[in-house]
Amino acid sequence: MSAPFAIQLDEVSLARDGRTILDRLTAAIPARGVTALVGPNGAGKSVTLRIVDGLLRPDSGSVRLASGRRAFVFQRPALVRASAAANLALGLAALKLSRRERAERVAAALERVGLSDRANDAATRFSGGEQQRLVLARAWAMRPDLLLLDEPTASLDPAATETIESLIAEMARAGTTVLLVSHNLGQVARLAEEIVVLSAGRAVERGPTRSVLFSPRTAEARAYLTGELPWTSFAAAS
Amino acid sequence: MDLLRRSFLTLSLLAALGAASPLRAEPASIVVASTTSTEQSGLFKHILPLFQKKTGIEVKVVALGTGQALDAARRGDADVVLVHDRPAEDKFVTEGFAKARQDVMYNDFVLIGPKDDPAGIRGGKVDEAFRKIAAAKAPFVSRGDRSGTHSAELRSWKEAGVDLAAAKGEWYRDVGQGMGPALNTASSLGAYILADRGTWLSFKNRGELTILVEGDPRLFNPYGVMLVNPDKHPTVKVKEGQSFIDWLVSPEGQQAIADYKIGGEQLFFPSAKKG
Amino acid sequence: MSQTLQETLSRLWTLDRDVLAIAWLSLRVSLMAVGIGLLVGIPLGALVAVARFPGRGVIVGLLNTFMGLPPVIVGLILYLALSRSGPLGSLGLLFTPTAMVAAQAVLATPLVAALTRQVVADAETHLGEQLRSLRLPALRRAGVLIYDGRFSLVTVALAAFGRAISEIGAVLVVGGNIDGHTRTMTTAISLETQKGDLSLALALGLVLMGLVLSVNAAVAVLRGHAVRAYG
Repeated sequence: MSAPFAIQLDEVSLARDGRTILDRLTAAIPARGVTALVGPNGAGKSVTLRIVDGLLRPDSGSVRLASGRRAFVFQRPALVRASAAANLALGLAALKLSRRERAERVAAALERVGLSDRANDAATRFSGGEQQRLVLARAWAMRPDLLLLDEPTASLDPAATETIESLIAEMARAGTTVLLVSHNLGQVARLAEEIVVLSAGRAVERGPTRSVLFSPRTAEARAYLTGELPWTSFAAAS
Repeated sequence: MDLLRRSFLTLSLLAALGAASPLRAEPASIVVASTTSTEQSGLFKHILPLFQKKTGIEVKVVALGTGQALDAARRGDADVVLVHDRPAEDKFVTEGFAKARQDVMYNDFVLIGPKDDPAGIRGGKVDEAFRKIAAAKAPFVSRGDRSGTHSAELRSWKEAGVDLAAAKGEWYRDVGQGMGPALNTASSLGAYILADRGTWLSFKNRGELTILVEGDPRLFNPYGVMLVNPDKHPTVKVKEGQSFIDWLVSPEGQQAIADYKIGGEQLFFPSAKKG
Repeated sequence: MSQTLQETLSRLWTLDRDVLAIAWLSLRVSLMAVGIGLLVGIPLGALVAVARFPGRGVIVGLLNTFMGLPPVIVGLILYLALSRSGPLGSLGLLFTPTAMVAAQAVLATPLVAALTRQVVADAETHLGEQLRSLRLPALRRAGVLIYDGRFSLVTVALAAFGRAISEIGAVLVVGGNIDGHTRTMTTAISLETQKGDLSLALALGLVLMGLVLSVNAAVAVLRGHAVRAYG
């Protein structure tokens, strides 16, 4: 990735059923590290991820992406009624890999999230935390250049959250660009170098994590951040 | 997802096998369109094995009303018809669907009704009985299915001088079904009904019904057999069909028909003309 | 009534080889029809569930309507088609078990397709975006969705089997209820009822119910094992 930006959104608009979801959204996501996409519910965060992944087509505007492989981890783990290993292999199905290489990657990914001994168990019977580990392991095995995360730790306990976060950080260190949607500002502070604040379908603020979190420049960002715990306690603790 | 592919493969294989291999090895066979009375009386179950043993030809009987049986044959769906409605049979021959009709056997119709006989027809003549039923508006069940028995019933009203169209009412139940279902209905309604003796003898759910009028020459019920004209339908199995007809009218076939009895009572009486 | 019941039970013990042959024919015809129904109906249902194309709404409506198609109508249409005077008459299939398989397959297919559409649409809501995000080709995605819904599809297959083996209208018309050839459990039951032999009809009915019950039980056991392994 030689381009300075992994993603460039220019005047991207999208409406559904007469309701504006994205309103001339313009944003650039740097080609390194973790960028967090924050904002109130309905700001257009998940839609933005889907547009970046090509799952949705904007009504107008342009989306430019650096070349490379993308992986998307959805808020609700999307697993097929099959074994954990089969679910991992499914992520590699579209990649041109030899049978052996695929098996090795599946084994390594299961190993990485501590689920090796459950490779042949039914994935849909796993606990919420295990399922989320599994879908992240699937993304990890794909070795993506761009990783899109939609609230990957919502409703997980602290231990599971810790595993997931360490995996995200590891992938970012290894060179994967990460775009993270999260309401957990503690998590944003731990993982992200940059923050983009969305409000009502527009990017209202963008900057380094600390400066956006501590001294937001816009009224919209301020309103969101002050209403969003545990930000205050986090500030006090650090 | 190997399992998916495997299960689909298995399914396809099964279907392919099913399509490729016929459900049973087919011996030489013919289709005979006949009437519910001959089938349900059990006559075919008695005589067909004898014929098959002799010739190796399997006879598949499709039991319909006489009218439907003749229609199926008109469409070419049968090789031979064995029915009992002389006017309809003659029409079939006139239309060219068969070259000839041969007598095979006869039995007779019986007029059946509840034991208490509200219309008071017991032991009388047929035309008188029909007049009394209409006059008393006593419940009567009609086949209403263009069968030979239905035709005979309609003829009987006419010969009794009853204008059915005018006299029809709540008492006249047109069920549009075979002999058996019609008898079931009559049994539950306690109604009068015209039935062929064969089906009546083998019918088990009689309830309060009994024979009230029989033996009148007008109740004579002849059966005829015809080979469907191969000029109309080239698919007709002429050789096998003709050999079935020949056997039916042969002394051996005629004897087989005469031998069929229920409770010691003979159901059908051979009537083939000695050739 | 109680007398009929007693007779029925005693008749059960004396059912002969004929009845076994009839039951076996019913089973084979219906299983084959369901097999064809699954082969055609599952891909069709999945296609309608996943793909967006003009006329899709019409197809969904048709499938739902055909799901409730009266068997006797199917039988009649097929009869006219297979009759020697009909467009397919040269095949000589009328009054054969093959014709009965065809008729029941026509009954089973829309049922399978309509129910599959529902199963796959549900799976699509849950998995669709993820599968597209994984850049799987459309056929592969449909395959995965079908695979995901396989336990529900087993129930669909059972429903189709139930519809096939219990119907009489279609097999009677295209099969002709020929003794030893196209007589099935349902046409035999109808025939015995017509002959007024209600206890034998009832005994045959019990055999039919036993048949359906056995198939259902066998499938339930297999399904249970599979679900425990890959629920």
